[in-house]
Amino acid sequence: MNQILTILIGSIFVNNFAMSRFYGICPFLGVSKKLDTAFGMGMAVTFVMAVASLVAYLVNAFLLVPFGLEYLQTIAFILVIAVLVQIVEMVLKKMAPSLYQALGVYLPLITTNCAVLGVAQLNVTEGYNLILSVINGAASALGFTLSICLFAGIRERLAVGNMPKWMEGFTGALITAGLMAVAFNGFNGLI
Amino acid sequence: MSITAILTAALVISVLGLVFGALLGVTGRVFAVPSNPTVDALRECLPGANCGACGFPGCDGYAAAVAEGKAEVGACAVGGPACTEKMAEIMGVSASAGVRMVATVACQGHGDHCAQKNYQGIHDCNAAALVDNGTKACQYACLGLGTCERACPFDAIHIDPVKKIAVVDKEKCQGCKKCVAACPQHVLSMQPADRVVQISCHNPGKGNALKEKCDKACVGCEACVKACNFGALSMENGVPKIDYDKCVGCMACADACPTGAMTADYEVRKEAYIDADKCVGCTLCTKQCKFDAIEGALKQKHKVLGACTGCGACAAKCPRKAIVMRDRRAPRNKMDKVKKAPVAPAAKPAAPAAAKEPEQKA
Repeated sequence: MNQILTILIGSIFVNNFAMSRFYGICPFLGVSKKLDTAFGMGMAVTFVMAVASLVAYLVNAFLLVPFGLEYLQTIAFILVIAVLVQIVEMVLKKMAPSLYQALGVYLPLITTNCAVLGVAQLNVTEGYNLILSVINGAASALGFTLSICLFAGIRERLAVGNMPKWMEGFTGALITAGLMAVAFNGFNGLI
Repeated sequence: MSITAILTAALVISVLGLVFGALLGVTGRVFAVPSNPTVDALRECLPGANCGACGFPGCDGYAAAVAEGKAEVGACAVGGPACTEKMAEIMGVSASAGVRMVATVACQGHGDHCAQKNYQGIHDCNAAALVDNGTKACQYACLGLGTCERACPFDAIHIDPVKKIAVVDKEKCQGCKKCVAACPQHVLSMQPADRVVQISCHNPGKGNALKEKCDKACVGCEACVKACNFGALSMENGVPKIDYDKCVGCMACADACPTGAMTADYEVRKEAYIDADKCVGCTLCTKQCKFDAIEGALKQKHKVLGACTGCGACAAKCPRKAIVMRDRRAPRNKMDKVKKAPVAPAAKPAAPAAAKEPEQKA
């Protein structure tokens, strides 16, 4: 129980995927113009990361380790993630076409998103069992969702604000993201 | 590394791949979304530049919007009238081709006209505009450092190397408006491509002091507004605004402009010519002409004088189709018009001094 709590606090706040580890910056910057889209993206990433952690653990435990093929982890994990994202895309296109349109090209980009591969590798390095792997995956994704939603909120406000011309668009966004990262540093030493 | 290890690795990955491939295939069947054939057909018509000038996210977005009925067929500036026609055919509507708009430069501040300061800095109009109200004597001038040239995806706007101001190639301009957004001096605007007159200055100031900054400045004298007989000119923000729906292209405003800020394409100016064999002297044309440029009494052959601006109003009215618009033989002479008969001055009353004198004498 203690370990689960540590993982939760750690993955969501202290080692936030976007703010501390700097994973998943592509959708972080690309989908954060509106709060609804950002939340939708966060949910898609949570689903992918949780299920990817599960399947990656199973593949690693039952296929790679018994045959001594740990060196194939990267390839195997990427295969898993790519398939999962494709399935998510197909499901979204059918079930929620508006979200599918809103996410656009950033949905298949979850595949190349280092956050998903990162969490899979992290589970292996930390030696988590099945339950803990899934929890870690889901928690990291929730942390990512938190940071992307916070950022989207700020960006929506910046868009209507009175910015000097040189600070419009990405310039202001990146400076803000940097300041947010500094703020998240405050969680250091919590666990 | 033993062969067994390599084979095992290959086998494991292949099995994984096959299983996942099958999974994807099944999911694809279960979650298949039928694609709309209308959208596909519409998308075929579009050029695929994904420039976004239509206001939709890429050509796919526009095709989808038209199919749903949320957009009109004529919004694609790049595809042009040809594309609009094809789309109209698919959607079963009649295509009314809108007026083609191109980028227009409202400045003549080059070379001798507008003095240039010695600018040593970043070769970008945004940077130059921040320095001391711009790098030309007039703060509204085109700075000629090429920000618009770099913004254009169609290679349609260039900085003239001698004049150092922007020049638009009307044929290549697709109307995407990227240059208009890029210009920090707001010199560029969208105007109809077939226009023959335009205002080439957007300095809102008034008075002859402006001419010290640029001798082609619009001083706000409103001579053009007064000269227009068709109601197409009005003043907006200190510069004239041409209503191109009303403008007939007579170029009288450009004739009237004292500084040359109103520019016209004089080479395409036409003049009316009355075929004497067909003319019956009905005077309909003389009544139409707002410039008093046709003379001729009733039942007399009519003749076009030098004040003709080539507006074409007479040719449209002639019942015998005796008037044609031909290329000009000579530039317009404003004074060569029908002389109105002088008005006789009112008869003066008898001089009052003559009436007083007899009284004094008596």
